[in-house]
Amino acid sequence: MQVGFFKDLEKITRDYRKKLYYPGGIKVNIGMASCGIAAGAKASFEKALERFPQGNGTQISQTGCLGFCQEEPLVEILGNGKPRIIYRHLTEDKILDAIEGYIQGDFNTKWILAQLRDPRSLLEDTIENPLAEVEPIEGIPFLEDIPFYSKQTKIALRNCGYIDPDSIEEYMAKGGYLAFIKSLSQIEPTEIINIVKESGLRGRGGAGFPTGTKWESCAKLDGERYVICNADEGDPGAYMDRSILEGDPHSVLEGMLIAALAIGSNQGFIYVRHEYPLAVKRLVTAIKRAEDYGLIGENIGGSDFSFKIKISTGAGAFVCGESTALMASLEGKVGRPRAKYVHTVEKGFRDKPSNLNNVETYANIPAILLKGGQWYANIGTEHSKGTKVFSLVGKVKNTGLVEVPMGISLREIVFDVGGGIPKKKKFKAVQTGGPSGGCIPEKFLDAPVDYQKLAELGAIMGSGGMIVMDHDTCMVNIARYFLDFLKDESCGQCIPCREGIVQMLEILTDICEGNGKEGDIELLEELATMIKRFSLCGLGKSAPNSVLTTLLYFREEYQAHIRGKKCPAGVCKALFHYEVDEKLCNGCHLCALKCPQEAVTGEKKEPHHIDQDKCIKCSICYEACKFDAILIK
Amino acid sequence: MIETGIYNANQDVEIDYMELDRIIDQEFNNDKENLIMILQVIQHQYNYLPQASLLYLSEKIGVPFSQIYGLSTFYSTFSLEPRGRNIISVCLGTACYVRGGARVWERIQEILNVGAGKTTEDMRFTLEPVRCIGCCGLGPVVKINEDIHSRIGREKIQQVLDRYQ
Repeated sequence: MQVGFFKDLEKITRDYRKKLYYPGGIKVNIGMASCGIAAGAKASFEKALERFPQGNGTQISQTGCLGFCQEEPLVEILGNGKPRIIYRHLTEDKILDAIEGYIQGDFNTKWILAQLRDPRSLLEDTIENPLAEVEPIEGIPFLEDIPFYSKQTKIALRNCGYIDPDSIEEYMAKGGYLAFIKSLSQIEPTEIINIVKESGLRGRGGAGFPTGTKWESCAKLDGERYVICNADEGDPGAYMDRSILEGDPHSVLEGMLIAALAIGSNQGFIYVRHEYPLAVKRLVTAIKRAEDYGLIGENIGGSDFSFKIKISTGAGAFVCGESTALMASLEGKVGRPRAKYVHTVEKGFRDKPSNLNNVETYANIPAILLKGGQWYANIGTEHSKGTKVFSLVGKVKNTGLVEVPMGISLREIVFDVGGGIPKKKKFKAVQTGGPSGGCIPEKFLDAPVDYQKLAELGAIMGSGGMIVMDHDTCMVNIARYFLDFLKDESCGQCIPCREGIVQMLEILTDICEGNGKEGDIELLEELATMIKRFSLCGLGKSAPNSVLTTLLYFREEYQAHIRGKKCPAGVCKALFHYEVDEKLCNGCHLCALKCPQEAVTGEKKEPHHIDQDKCIKCSICYEACKFDAILIK
Repeated sequence: MIETGIYNANQDVEIDYMELDRIIDQEFNNDKENLIMILQVIQHQYNYLPQASLLYLSEKIGVPFSQIYGLSTFYSTFSLEPRGRNIISVCLGTACYVRGGARVWERIQEILNVGAGKTTEDMRFTLEPVRCIGCCGLGPVVKINEDIHSRIGREKIQQVLDRYQ
């Protein structure tokens, strides 16, 4: 059947909404994005399917990611008239007990994360809450109330974790493709652009260029033009785009379709990094399903609008996230950026006008079209509208993907949503923006998440990686880490970046190895300024940011390395050693048992001792000690 | 065919030219824009990029060998040397790094006695660092072939490696 008319779409939406919210029997949704699978979801899925083969009243289904990686595998169980319960850590040994318990009304609260109050997404406010009549279970919190979720607003992630990503019908049941069909039949391209401009949506890939303005410039040009999706999510510590592609690929396709309508394009490309094989697989399925429904192809819905999408995979080059490099790579060439005297919007892929947006940007578009530009603009701050998805990772209790309104403070993200730092350690910094970003110290934790504000602090919004660091993280070493990354990823064509980064890295390595000398900091600053000013592309221009922000906020740590020959965090091996605090050590012997070098000795219940000649500073004893008796000296 | 002499490794692999031809023609329309993906398929088939296959590709698709060599060395996925039966990718992305990924990396190098990008003598393992595979919430992460091992500590490594022969 072709979805040419509203009626067809409405019927599918109605039918599948019923199946989604009122399954005949029990339905088990297992979160099967990469992180869920890594935590064991696939084994759980297979086990459940073996016990409950399809068609016997209990339906086993896959979904994308609910975002709470810390608690994976996450499994939701629901049934007609019954509460919807989200179980955590449901590995293969527990899954059958959980399902059978649910069927019998016996809920093992230990395994339960929360229950749902309302499963509707923001695009479903025209229907009643399917759980309105359902009696909640006492003593189990609502998902919407637990700290990890209560401060989130899900727009781009609206369907992730709630639908089977391989089912286009379930996407339609959640209001999917309505925005596209409306745009196709009722909204003029210029009006689409106006709505996107009004929303204030800015590119979510990192640079934050206003999306509507970009579309407008592309639409004005003549001849063939392309709609390209940047899914080359290269920032280490960031996986928002992966999660959207794996959990809700149709939202991206729909966003691209709407963009194509607005700017007058017939050909789309998705450039995905090859490290995301599951995302590629789900995209391929999604495109096929959309083609089956006539939503992608020739003369869509009987109109004169035709659109095709091709998937290209990258091959492991960080610089290909840069627009000109990405387009070179799409052409099958080496991904080296070019100078942008002429923007890719005018002359990009195949030297034709090309509109490049990031995955998350596209995923926002259908919601903006349906709810209106003004609605979106009402969320956020003056210069940063809407929401932003962050991957909240590193030394934080609740790791996962979070979508928060712009303007929320970093403190709220780290301490409320993230639950603070594990093991009672102290917060030190939060790193945003990947290798191009910077480290923000505690004194600026109350700063709002906003493009301008983060830039003022020396960091950037970036694509959404947010890595929390505690006092065991050495900031000099982190700066060195990022430069080491960028040294490998520099394409090598311009000298400031290629040589400058190597020189900075050598100085930082010297400092970390205890060979730092007076003048090193000044030399780093000089080199950083040079690289920023004279590099060709964004990679080089932003490469020194991690060094500059750590120098700005953690200068004393550099000085401790250079002058005091000490690494206060206990990371740089040449600059510290472990000692046992004899007052705190109660001789529990745990460290001695764990030490791979047998360097820790001592009688039980007596203070222990570390043999410095044997110690390889592997930190196992330091992490094992429950009494903080191992000291960094 | 031209002699290039860029390879040091033993090149005794047999190339199935009919299959190679089919891939280039039918799967990828003999289109230069698909070069990177063609290289990915070849690498998937042979575990690395054999010189003979690249020479054939160059002739067939009409792109100079120098450019294909450029692609093969620019993109980090590609290997010009035969790789081991099992590919270990240790994530050194930022999130894994701050959670001890570097120590895991050191430990695996010690156990296998090989460095970055290198293969053990018995061809059992190839070890490579990777910058983020998007499982940051579960770090430190090590990927072996298609399996992702999450929250891997130094002490768990040997046990995990034993499962791959």
